[in-house]
Amino acid sequence: MSTRYDVVIVGGGGAGLRAAIAVAEARPDLSIAIISKVYPMRSHTVSAEGGAAAVIRPPDTLDDHAHDTISGGDWLCDQDAVEAFVAEAPGELLRLEHWGCPWSREPDGRIAVRPFGGMRRVRTWFAADKTGFHLLHTLFQTSLRYPSIVRYDEWFVTRLLVDDGRVWGVVAIEVMSGRIDAITAESVILCTGGCGRVYPFTTNANISTGDGLALAYRAGAPLEDMEFVQYHPTGLPFTGILISEAARAEGGWLVNRDGYRYLQDYNLGRPAPGPVLRSMELGPRDRLSQAFVKEVDRGRTTDTPWGPVVHLDLRHLGAEVIEARLPFVRELCRDYEHVDPVRELIPVRPVVHYMMGGVSTDLVGATALDGLYAAGETACVSINGANRLGSNSLPELLVFGARAGAAVAEAAGRHTGPAPAVAAQARDEEHRLESDLLHREGGRERLATIREELRETMEQGVGIYRSGDSTAKAADKLYELRERCRNAAVDDHSRVFNTELVAALELSFLLDVAESIVRCASLREESRGAHQRTDFPARDDERFLAHSQIRRTGDGASTVSYRPVTITRWPPAERVYGR
Amino acid sequence: MADTITLEVARYRPEQEDEPTTQCYEIPMRREWTVLDGLNHVKDRLDGTLSFRWSCRMGICGSCGMTIDGDPVLACETFLTDHHPGPVRVEPLRNFPVIRDLVVELTDFMAKLPHVMPWLVADEPPPDTEYLQKPAEVDEYQQYSMCINCMLCYAACPVYGLERDFLGPALIALAQRYNLDSRDHGDHDRLEILSAPEGIWDCTFVGECSRACPKGVDPAGAIQRYKLEAAKRTVRSLLLPRGRR
Ligand SMILES: Cc1cc2nc3c(=O)[nH]c(=O)nc-3n(C[C@H](O)[C@H](O)[C@H](O)COP(=O)(O)OP(=O)(O)OC[C@H]3O[C@@H](n4cnc5c(N)ncnc54)[C@H](O)[C@@H]3O)c2cc1C
Ligand code: SF4
Ligand code: FES
Repeated sequence: MSTRYDVVIVGGGGAGLRAAIAVAEARPDLSIAIISKVYPMRSHTVSAEGGAAAVIRPPDTLDDHAHDTISGGDWLCDQDAVEAFVAEAPGELLRLEHWGCPWSREPDGRIAVRPFGGMRRVRTWFAADKTGFHLLHTLFQTSLRYPSIVRYDEWFVTRLLVDDGRVWGVVAIEVMSGRIDAITAESVILCTGGCGRVYPFTTNANISTGDGLALAYRAGAPLEDMEFVQYHPTGLPFTGILISEAARAEGGWLVNRDGYRYLQDYNLGRPAPGPVLRSMELGPRDRLSQAFVKEVDRGRTTDTPWGPVVHLDLRHLGAEVIEARLPFVRELCRDYEHVDPVRELIPVRPVVHYMMGGVSTDLVGATALDGLYAAGETACVSINGANRLGSNSLPELLVFGARAGAAVAEAAGRHTGPAPAVAAQARDEEHRLESDLLHREGGRERLATIREELRETMEQGVGIYRSGDSTAKAADKLYELRERCRNAAVDDHSRVFNTELVAALELSFLLDVAESIVRCASLREESRGAHQRTDFPARDDERFLAHSQIRRTGDGASTVSYRPVTITRWPPAERVYGR
Repeated sequence: MADTITLEVARYRPEQEDEPTTQCYEIPMRREWTVLDGLNHVKDRLDGTLSFRWSCRMGICGSCGMTIDGDPVLACETFLTDHHPGPVRVEPLRNFPVIRDLVVELTDFMAKLPHVMPWLVADEPPPDTEYLQKPAEVDEYQQYSMCINCMLCYAACPVYGLERDFLGPALIALAQRYNLDSRDHGDHDRLEILSAPEGIWDCTFVGECSRACPKGVDPAGAIQRYKLEAAKRTVRSLLLPRGRR
């Protein structure tokens, strides 16, 4: 079976929905399919807590937002992309307001903003501390107005259809029925989110398995800056559930086992009672997570069954502020940690949170493969460079989701197709899924065993600090895991809602993503932002003021090349916080 | 505390069996584990064929609604300690067709969703800046905007169990979420669907929905409030000439 659309969007999170609406608005005559492995309102965007950054009123300026983003990204951001981003972010957030997003307000009825890490001005719009939830539901509900948007809910995309350097659609499985279909289109936009689940301890939802990264990589599109993985400094031990940066923005303190605000020892400024922008607890995430590791080395953290922790202290904020501004944080601490932040300290430790890298795109989301676009966390435009600033991702989804949507609408109608080779590819894929997975007999190992070893390998090999040695070991282990994965057991041979089949497909995607992270981390012999090499502790602009680009070359091999960073107005400089 | 606990899980594999069965799994009893952690332990180590939905594991994506020891709850917010010493009975949500094991079919809800027009209906083009909305105006609809579409209220609702056409608690709350938003002008358009027989009037006000809701949305309150409003409107439309309704 095959169904044809003008545009196929893979992913129904913030980026995918925004892109779909952009296409529908620009060209109501185009047919659009959103394919999502979960119902769109379950997408991971729903968990975003803290807020969305965009310049709202003086004294803030677009240049200030751009400079914060670029210095926060340790000068690895493409500055033309950042300029487009900061210029369009306010309009996008305002559009969300006009669509009904319940932004938190000032007493006079204007949009309220809060401070955020690494931002020198107060510019983060928020909807209490459920910003992503409200943003996603607003987008999803608004998307229901457009009759040209057709949804494939709980369909899992397994492969991109490519012929002669051009993408023509996807193959997907309907999870409920096990039906396998080719869904073809003139353009495909990947909006599949992040890949936090490649690590053992992450804030990311179960669905964040980097599927789009692997799909693009397998199809021959380069992935960019994959070595840059963000650790967020404050995750709850055991679950990895995020305690939003909003908690520090409202005035929370990070203290070590002696009750000491240890960040003052790491070149992040001096402690003040209230929050100070770009200082101490409002420094950037990479620096805060690195400071944690140093505290562990100094023996100043507290040991728990889930590893060392420090504590986040919100008690001085009082019940009223916590209830009004951080109700979700309080709910999460009570439910999952059995502590009430109004009266008690919250144990926290760094946790994998965000992938700065992604499918390499230009400023409108186009990838190196004709017909293939990407937007959202799965794309690398790149505005996040070596370290994303908190609250820049949600506006990124909107700005570049909208840009990709507008671009495919503009390009529509130039090709007739799909090419005949595509039908054969679709049959191949169907055959692979049927014979390899649905009928796999007598596998030796459980998927979960391999998945756990993979995750541990990543934490050991490419964690907050890495080295030539650690990445080499990880690469060897990945090779072994890949072999073992081929023979893993898939006990479930049913067609109806086979979640083990889904898990097996996700595991193979995770392995590809892991390989790209490890390879790029081993080759970047410098330290920049979230990529800290113990054997190359300094930033090296001579060699590495450049984006890594990893590309599959047939049979599991890959090549890595470098593309210079686009500098427009902000020459590389030292990153300064707390002064 | 004993170091294991038993999960009694409802299984249903339509390709193999006509009726649901029960399967027992013994899992470690750990203080920090939710029922979802228990189910994942089963899936990862004991039986890869058990199917259930989950994603965020933090009570916000709405995927993991199940019946646990008789109550509709989110598996990721239900701790094993609260069901100690077990066994813990885990079943799919009631009032929905079961696709497989703990997975139920949401097609009916998804199909009805657009009917309540869950989007902002403006009566003129938006301003160049934001619509002003005072915190008190946000408070008017905020509670109804917190719905995560987890379907627990539908599983708890005796009317939905009998009347498949009933819009149901979350959809009426969602319509009210927009009706009560000072930026919205769609209440007139939503009146027809809400005041149709399968709208608010099907509700017999049992209030089970609000008790089941894990996010404090209070759909029963939304329905009650709308009934008053709809009654007023009906009276007005009988008494007043069209232009002044
Ligand atoms: C806990 C948490 C809090 C955060 N808070 C903030 C914040 O306050 N501010 C901020 O700016 N950013 C925040 N972020 C980051 C931000 O939320 C994410 O980067 C962003 O939401 C990603 O959105 P997306 O649209 O790219 O992808 P997602 O929302 O993850 O959506 C991915 C979509 O792709 C679909 N999909 C994936 N693979 C497949 C496949 N194989 N087949 C079919 N469909 C598929 C999924 O079903 C889903 O619909 C936070 C992140 C986390 C983890
Ligand atoms: S109203 Fe409450 S119980 Fe019903 S779907 Fe929404 S969040 Fe779930
Ligand atoms: S897994 Fe998301 S609500 Fe339970």
